[in-house]
Amino acid sequence: MPSSDEIFEKVQETLVDALGVNDDEVTPTATLMGDLGAESIDFLDIVFRLEKCFDIKIPRGELFPENLASADSGFVVAGKVTPEGLEELRRRMPHADIDSFADDPTVSRIWDLFTVGMICRFIEARVK
Amino acid sequence: MRWYWIDRFIEFESGKLARAVKNVSLAEEHLHDHFPGFPVMPGSLMIEGMAQTGGILLGEHFKFAYNVILAKVPKVTFHSWACPGDQIVYTARLMDAREEGGSATVEATVGDRAVASAEIVFAHLKSDDPQFSRIDQKNFVFRMNLLDILTVGKAGDGRQPGSNGPDSGQGE
Repeated sequence: MPSSDEIFEKVQETLVDALGVNDDEVTPTATLMGDLGAESIDFLDIVFRLEKCFDIKIPRGELFPENLASADSGFVVAGKVTPEGLEELRRRMPHADIDSFADDPTVSRIWDLFTVGMICRFIEARVK
Repeated sequence: MRWYWIDRFIEFESGKLARAVKNVSLAEEHLHDHFPGFPVMPGSLMIEGMAQTGGILLGEHFKFAYNVILAKVPKVTFHSWACPGDQIVYTARLMDAREEGGSATVEATVGDRAVASAEIVFAHLKSDDPQFSRIDQKNFVFRMNLLDILTVGKAGDGRQPGSNGPDSGQGE
């Protein structure tokens, strides 16, 4: 079983290849969209690469859930994710740091949940 | 002009590999500007040919249930030129194929010479997807009319028109 450091190194390599960024930019707290410039289509590419790299299957929507807090989800009021919405996020994204997000659940910040560290935690749970 | 950047499939192994040819001709107008006095096949159009080869391979795998869109080219390398008179062979290998999309690696060669190699990621879009109308149609790897290429190439067994075979009209 790979160690946390080994997982991070492989995730880092994956993101360098998928996003064309430098390895020193890929830190555990870096956000995929904000810091690393990922677009939605990159998520599919990242999933393909992680599956190959770690020899695992990542079903659709598990690592990067779709339609998070969309306008018709019922989980957004006045631009903020509701407490019910936060529970839904915890359920669908146990690998994400929902606690920090809950301090200021502005809906646009939801993309900041997608961090390098989030991917590492997801992979760790999978390979164990 | 029709947006066909491959001429014919010469090999098609469902779900695995497709091989298509593109004959580069000096009759193609863009070669006169690219470049004056030095006509070479533009790299962008080779990417399109590689995406059509790989995209149809992916589309066929799902019986054309999805619209296949060229989403991303994570990596492409150009090794040499392709000039008028060259026949480019695009060899696509399907690497991933799932509900959301797929990916392929494609090599472009002229004879034994490597011309380009690429990794291509495709996304699937259903016709009833709310985003469907917002996508520029140029991003579609194929619409159904492009499938004519499959019939021309006698896809499935790679036989070429004129070769010996039950469909060639020249057999016994």
